[in-house]
Amino acid sequence: MNLTGKTAIVTGGSRGIGKAIALKLADLGANVVVNYTSSPQKAEEVVKMIKDMGRDAIALKADVSNSEQVQEFIKGIEKQFGSIDILVNNAGITRDGLLMKMKEEDWDQVMAINLKGTYNCTKAVTRKMMKQRSGKIVNVASVVGVTGNGGQANYAASKAGIIGFTKSIAKELGSRGINVNAIAPGFIQTDMTDILSDEVKKGIMEQIPMKELGMPEDVANVVAFLCSDKARYVTGQVIHIDGGMAM
Amino acid sequence: MFEKIVEIVVDQLGLDNADHITPKTSLMKDLEADSLDAVEIIMALEDEFDIEIPDEEAEKFKNIGDITKYIKENK
Repeated sequence: MNLTGKTAIVTGGSRGIGKAIALKLADLGANVVVNYTSSPQKAEEVVKMIKDMGRDAIALKADVSNSEQVQEFIKGIEKQFGSIDILVNNAGITRDGLLMKMKEEDWDQVMAINLKGTYNCTKAVTRKMMKQRSGKIVNVASVVGVTGNGGQANYAASKAGIIGFTKSIAKELGSRGINVNAIAPGFIQTDMTDILSDEVKKGIMEQIPMKELGMPEDVANVVAFLCSDKARYVTGQVIHIDGGMAM
Repeated sequence: MFEKIVEIVVDQLGLDNADHITPKTSLMKDLEADSLDAVEIIMALEDEFDIEIPDEEAEKFKNIGDITKYIKENK
């Protein structure tokens, strides 16, 4: 797989799965825009690692839930890099809690960043990709968007929303040479899953046929494939990277 | 104005030339544009003429003559 000269945007690219994706795409030759909202230092660290590989990289702050910020963000990238070849909608948050206890703002925030953020960024790059007659969009959903998960009604709903969005946009943009796919990671070792209690982790392990948590690199490898020419004829799909949790 | 619009239509649809295009020409019926092509053409026209064409107006356009008339009246 070769992504030399391609411009890739990874939202939420400063840590966790996003960081692994940014590094993997750069490893394959892409120039990478590392978007972040709250971790400028970590984003700069990722940028430095990418530059050390000899690729171009930049850390750009933008709140994906804010459409004006996203439009400015994308315009800036168009100016600096010329083309926009790859968008990975990875930025996401959790605000877990049982429905009976879930605050409206916890629902709204998760929807705003996970689902509306995906809409905002996808819409902003679509025109450019349509003109280019090429582009790869990968949306990071989740296994819980497929199976549901007690205590994560907001997160699961946002991720299920991303799957419906992905399939719809794949239908709209297929004729323009743009591939739109989703991935559904299971439990991956990141800050997001580190906070889970040992008891919860043990419960999770019982649901995973492969009996281990995934690594961010396991996810990044699949994203890299979907962003490459090897996945030319793959669109509108949800690829699970979950050790067999959901089949 | 009409010539400029035709130029944009030809460019967006990747047509070989503008022969046979008249104000009566329909983007979808005659030039086989799909709905996405139509949206792209409208957006390109908005950029070129620095106007905003609301969706409900764009839906009324039957041919390139209608588009030309709208832009002339609203520019």
